[in-house]
Amino acid sequence: MAFDYEKYIRPGKLPHIWCPGCGHGIVMKGLIRAMDSLKLDMAQTAIVSGIGCASRLPGYMDCCTLHTAHGRAAAFATGVKLAKPEMNVILVGGDGDGTAIGGNHFIHACRRNIDMTYIILNNKIYGMTGGQFSPTTPTGAKASTTPYGNPDPCFDIAKLAIGAGATFVARGTSFHANQIDKLIAEAIQHKGFSVVEIMDDCPTTYGRRNKFKSVIEMMNHLKEIAVPVKAAEKMTAEQLQGKVLTGVLYKDETKTEYTAEYAKVIERAKAAK
Amino acid sequence: MSKKVAFLQGNEAASYGALYAGCNFFAGYPITPSTEVAEVMSVELPKIGGKFIQMEDEIAASAAMMGAALAGFKTLDSTSGPGLSLKQELIGMACISEIPCVIYNVMRGGPSTGMPTGPSQSDVMCAKWGTHGDHPAICLVPSTVQETYEEMIRAFNLSEKYRTPVLVMPDEIVAHMRERVVFPEPGEIAIEPRRTPTVPPEQYKPYDTSFGDVPPLAAFGTGYKFHVTSLNKGQDGFPTTKAEWVQAEEERQVRKVEANADDIIEFEEFQLDDAEVVIVAYGSTSRSARYAVNEARKQGIKAGMFRLKTFWPFPYKQLTALTGRIKGFITPEMNLGMCHGEVERAAQGKVPVMGIFRVDGEPINPDQILDKIKEVK
Ligand SMILES: Cc1ncc(C[n+]2csc(CCOP(=O)(O)OP(=O)(O)O)c2C)c(N)n1
Ligand code: SF4
Ligand SMILES: [Mg+2]
Repeated sequence: MAFDYEKYIRPGKLPHIWCPGCGHGIVMKGLIRAMDSLKLDMAQTAIVSGIGCASRLPGYMDCCTLHTAHGRAAAFATGVKLAKPEMNVILVGGDGDGTAIGGNHFIHACRRNIDMTYIILNNKIYGMTGGQFSPTTPTGAKASTTPYGNPDPCFDIAKLAIGAGATFVARGTSFHANQIDKLIAEAIQHKGFSVVEIMDDCPTTYGRRNKFKSVIEMMNHLKEIAVPVKAAEKMTAEQLQGKVLTGVLYKDETKTEYTAEYAKVIERAKAAK
Repeated sequence: MSKKVAFLQGNEAASYGALYAGCNFFAGYPITPSTEVAEVMSVELPKIGGKFIQMEDEIAASAAMMGAALAGFKTLDSTSGPGLSLKQELIGMACISEIPCVIYNVMRGGPSTGMPTGPSQSDVMCAKWGTHGDHPAICLVPSTVQETYEEMIRAFNLSEKYRTPVLVMPDEIVAHMRERVVFPEPGEIAIEPRRTPTVPPEQYKPYDTSFGDVPPLAAFGTGYKFHVTSLNKGQDGFPTTKAEWVQAEEERQVRKVEANADDIIEFEEFQLDDAEVVIVAYGSTSRSARYAVNEARKQGIKAGMFRLKTFWPFPYKQLTALTGRIKGFITPEMNLGMCHGEVERAAQGKVPVMGIFRVDGEPINPDQILDKIKEVK
């Protein structure tokens, strides 16, 4: 029997706002399959986002959903999770939302290691506002505000997350759709701050400016650049030029989780009373 | 049984007032002259199983507070000038998404970093006009330590009753002075509970106006699955650009506060019955004004004070009513004429409004006010 996505989607909320060929819908389906595989109680699950095309995702999902201000999802979600540690808290947002305006909240959520899963839909561009460059737009690429090519170096989101203290970091692509649910499910099960970066595409504002003739070409590009971590171990630095590693990139189960640590603060305060 | 009494600083009193009101979540970022609130809350909240978090900046603090508020908590965030400026986008979101929360802002010299330890009253316009777009504003301006305690309780009550953010804004002098505080007994001051839905989850809409201008708010994690957005929304909570829905929601958000101004506005009338010269003052400045009124009376001048406890909504109606029988208003304040402009609106050109403005980090002293009283002819 075909997988029933609809039971996770709010009645009457489709069609979604995303363009044909946009990668964001593929990630949403992956998230739904992940939630289904874990049998998450939707009423005990909060999905929090900022602003952007990617950040529209929570509105379609039939759980507790919070569509906040641009960049602020991680900080709002931290409030929800600290208030109710028993809830599953998932964050969704774009590369611009999470690593530019929201970069500070992102690294501090990583540092706290608070038990939430952050899914970053990295299409390397500010899609919603018409294609301005983001902190992940490749150097040299064209965006509406880099007409002569992007002079900025870009972030490696996974390395940023690891460096800032996240304890589970994974990367997938919207081409490798069947892997998305597995990465997200593993991230949700991880106790601590988990980051899943999904490389996806914005054909509308990035593809057409950067000589991708079709969505299929963009998909093929994702397929070509992705190298599973295991396979990468056997490859030379030269062979890895221009590639991105996919799969679970980092996992640390030794660092204490924030809400568990705060529970100890409560214990100590009550004992001192 | 005699009541519990303590000698407290304004900021400490604010913290204990918040706790009396049922505050169980605090998020903040340190800034002089408000930091003592964060310090007291970090001590007290975990003792009662509440949550305290110091966030990475003021925007994050407001965000965390609002997230916790949606999870059903009674939340507080404290700051001062520069922090208040940073929070503005999220104060707007709390207004449009109708998230109850309290923001305690101690007024220090500004703009920008200004005078971190100097008193000021120059954030009162920011409290209303700081965030973009049309929105409601409730702002309380206590003038004693006892009142700071009590106004914090009122702020939490108003935020729940009207499902909107409430600002409590003492000036630095009130926030840092020490005075005797008499604590109310538990139960002595009524606490407004959150109005939660009576309908089952399937029927719940977070902005359902069939329950009036202030619809019930469910909490995340209690079986209600609903959507909250910072976009203009319909009654179901989902984004909309439908003209009539947007217009209706925007109007309701402002109306729920403006139409209940009489419930929200509190003030003190001091020697006002036969007053010919009326000082409109708030915060620490009203303490100098009280002294000046007494001095003027000793000299045979009929002076009085209209002391604001609520700055927003502003008591235009009450002040306009005085214009028929007085010679003029005096507005002493530690800014360059913010309350002054509002009093001019209320005076409608019928009586003069004379300002005493100080932005040099020094309080306005009684003599300055007394001199001005004598100028009114
Ligand atoms: C404070 C603020 N600044 C700017 C914007 C405008 N804005 C909306 S979405 C967006 C970029 C979104 O890019 P990204 O997060 O990568 O999401 P995408 O649309 O690509 O999925 C910007 C700049 C805003 N809404 N709020
Ligand atoms: S503009 Fe780009 S990111 Fe936004 S929906 Fe369209 S394709 Fe997707
Ligand atoms: Mg993007």
